[in-house]
Amino acid sequence: MLQILNFKDSVNFLRHAVPISIMSMILVLASLVSLGTKGINWGLDFTGGTSVVLNFSKPADLNSLRDILAEGPTESAVVQNFGSSRDVVVRLQTEAGAKSDDQVKLVMIAAQKQDADVVQKSVEFVGPQVGQELAEQGGMAVFVALLCILIYVAFRFEWRLSMGAVAALAHDVIVTLGLFSVLQLEFDLTVLAGVLTVVGYSLNDTIVVYDRIRENFLKMRKADPREVINASITQTMSRTVITTGTTLITVVALFLKGGTMIHGFATALLMGIVVGTYSSIYVASYLALRLGVNREHMMPVQIEKEGADQPSIMP
Amino acid sequence: MLNKYPMWKNLMVIVFLAIGTFYALPNLFGEDNAVQVVGTRGATVTETTQRQVTDLLAAKGIQVKRSELENGQLLVRVTSSEDQLLAKEAIAQTLGDGFSVALNLAPAVPQWLENVGGAPMKLGLDLRGGVHFLMEVDMSEAIRKMEEAKIADFRSQLREERIRYSGVKVTPKGIEIAFRDAESVAQAEAFLKTRSNNEMVFADASEGENYKLLATMSEPYLKQIKEDALTQNITTIRNRVNELGVAEPVVQRQGAERIIVELPGVQDTARAKEILGATASIEFHMVDQKTDLQNALAGRLPATSEIFKRREGGEVILQKEVMLTGDHITGAQPSFDQYSRPQVSINLDAKGGTIFSNVTKDNIGKPMATLYIEYKDSGLRNPDGTVKMTKVEEVISVATIQARLGRNFVITGLTHAESQNLALLLRAGALIAPVSIVEERTIGPSLGAENIENGLQAMIWGMAVVLLFMMIYYRAFGFIANLALSFNLIMVVGVMSMIPGAVLTLPGIAGMVLTVGMAVDGNVLIYERIREELRAGRSIQQAIHEGYANAFSTIADANITTFITALILFAVGTGAIKGFAVTLMIGILTSMFTAIVGTRSVVNALWGGKRLKKLSI
Repeated sequence: MLQILNFKDSVNFLRHAVPISIMSMILVLASLVSLGTKGINWGLDFTGGTSVVLNFSKPADLNSLRDILAEGPTESAVVQNFGSSRDVVVRLQTEAGAKSDDQVKLVMIAAQKQDADVVQKSVEFVGPQVGQELAEQGGMAVFVALLCILIYVAFRFEWRLSMGAVAALAHDVIVTLGLFSVLQLEFDLTVLAGVLTVVGYSLNDTIVVYDRIRENFLKMRKADPREVINASITQTMSRTVITTGTTLITVVALFLKGGTMIHGFATALLMGIVVGTYSSIYVASYLALRLGVNREHMMPVQIEKEGADQPSIMP
Repeated sequence: MLNKYPMWKNLMVIVFLAIGTFYALPNLFGEDNAVQVVGTRGATVTETTQRQVTDLLAAKGIQVKRSELENGQLLVRVTSSEDQLLAKEAIAQTLGDGFSVALNLAPAVPQWLENVGGAPMKLGLDLRGGVHFLMEVDMSEAIRKMEEAKIADFRSQLREERIRYSGVKVTPKGIEIAFRDAESVAQAEAFLKTRSNNEMVFADASEGENYKLLATMSEPYLKQIKEDALTQNITTIRNRVNELGVAEPVVQRQGAERIIVELPGVQDTARAKEILGATASIEFHMVDQKTDLQNALAGRLPATSEIFKRREGGEVILQKEVMLTGDHITGAQPSFDQYSRPQVSINLDAKGGTIFSNVTKDNIGKPMATLYIEYKDSGLRNPDGTVKMTKVEEVISVATIQARLGRNFVITGLTHAESQNLALLLRAGALIAPVSIVEERTIGPSLGAENIENGLQAMIWGMAVVLLFMMIYYRAFGFIANLALSFNLIMVVGVMSMIPGAVLTLPGIAGMVLTVGMAVDGNVLIYERIREELRAGRSIQQAIHEGYANAFSTIADANITTFITALILFAVGTGAIKGFAVTLMIGILTSMFTAIVGTRSVVNALWGGKRLKKLSI
């Protein structure tokens, strides 16, 4: 039997709780500071504007393209490579009085000066108002998701655990956003989807540990809460490592092979999965312990446990 | 006996997997080059059309694979893309104006599979190329139009009731009706209220000697106007999209004042925009002959008249009252008169015909003007970020009514290009309020193919490594988990193909890839549990049983919470994000089924109820 991290006795994971929680807090603070000062590099989806992706028949000379564009009424243009040396993205602000069609035309004319065979791969134009609404909706979505989860976990488990879960989720979301802020990676709609997926994934991890904590409180009659939590984490550790591993494998495959359009999504997930894995232990479980979770809190749930023993349609 | 599934459970697993696999099948067949024929206004595709088309193609020597007539839409499959182009041209030429002929890629699903509802997954624009527009309806214009209509109503109603008023005008607060005394105000208020169907709210707004009645639109009525404007515009835009000849277009409302338009495979976006967004319409007004133009230009103009520019230069005074609007037009064809000047022949509906006939009967010998109205994107923006539209009004012709006109007549005074465009726009109906494009995404077809390729690559690599790992780590049980994982993927594809509204997008593919990574979680939880039970000294059958039983609530809790986030994503997301949420939700459900019920079935069949010394886990 091949085994990863399978311990005979329970490991005292919570021994490291204080330094790791402090590290987590520093991470969250740093993220918040970065978000406050540097902000997020909002993508086109949120700010509005025009972006044109061009495909050149030979590696493109970005500098000369910038120079040509700067001469026209498109001086605010941002020119970058997009995945390969032959793909170039040109981003334009929505300027008062300028029509997106005309802007795109100017970009094409400029590009054709450099390479007659240039192909327009995609054009995106988003009005500023639409972007604004999206940002509000996106923020709302994350908030509603957290709230629903808070309620569900409180209902299924216990409010102390619920607080821990939501704190862990908020932690993961903030740190993921922080990474995007520090590195000034572009934050577009797919990244938002990534962040919400992180919420789902991270919660998955937390729930698995919680489930075991609840079970162990009922089983280990003489143990104190700290021992119960340590035992639960130990027992679920190999599962956590394997699932995180397989998920990371697929996300890395997305990151490497999925193409530029879902790079941001994969980046958010990579960060979120790493952070989400340890936060289920050092934020979610530790916070529940600090809030004083103990055996009595778990008693009412026993009713549901009894139900689970009965024959059901599921195995 | 432990770990024996009753027959019905095993059957259920087999049936589910079979259905999933069956409906995933159509995705393997690829696509045929096809030409799609749809009847636009006035014309419908019938079996006669079908015969006409097949005969035509046979005469041209183009081989037809299959031709299908369904929902008033004819789909002719040909063997190559060259044939497709030739066929399209030939068909468009022969059938003429009443039909829209478009190139299409039709799924090459065999007939028998199609008959039971088998169809491949629908691809989003990001995977097949095309253009996506988000359009916003200018509601203030719709309301303004309604206010103008109300002014005319008030005037005629007050006249009818012989209540004397001194003026009616639109102010920022509402419609203001001025009177000479307080008595008339009260009289008018009482009378108009009974006539308004709760559409308007009236208030005495007299200030000292200024006796005024203020009429504002009630909340439900405002809502109704906006709702009507949106649905009317959607219908119009749908008609216009059909005129463009695009295969499988999407026209959908989004929220209270926006419309989504998706045109797969469209490359000429400039033309598409021109046709979709143009708010050209015509109105017929009588010329005000009583007022002198010089006096009017100096500012002495009756409230019922207005000065308009003529296209060829100069001004003309028209009565504000509209005799007939473009809404009643059912047909419009560009043509030339006997002097080869461009003209548009117009057909009216029955109601329009009656109105027009009455108007022309009463006004023989008097001049009538055709007013051409167009809203153009001014390039400027309102403070709230919406596009400012400018209204351009021009009198394109003034003609003396020679005789009583019926439902058919012609408009002259246009250039050739304008007559073509006006005819197309009138045919497709007028937009009740101008629209502006607030979002546009164009994806080239090569980029779409590239996106699919990238997604598949990621899927293959991710899946290969995960399968290999599971096999090595859990051996026989790992193999079973891998079976479950593969079936899970097939079932996601099957369910996606079955649900009519589900669309596969690039983030959707990402969602599938992610499902591969996360779906093993269910089996990992179960297997780890079994190992634990074995270590705790349980018998092998007991361990399997306990492993499945204990892991179940964990798996359920973990998946329900993920499902909640996916649901929220689905609710707030648009386009591609919705696509991601859909695959994620389906993936959660199918992976729970395959990981728990499916693997259990296999495990039971292989080892259930037997005496085992060792378990390959």
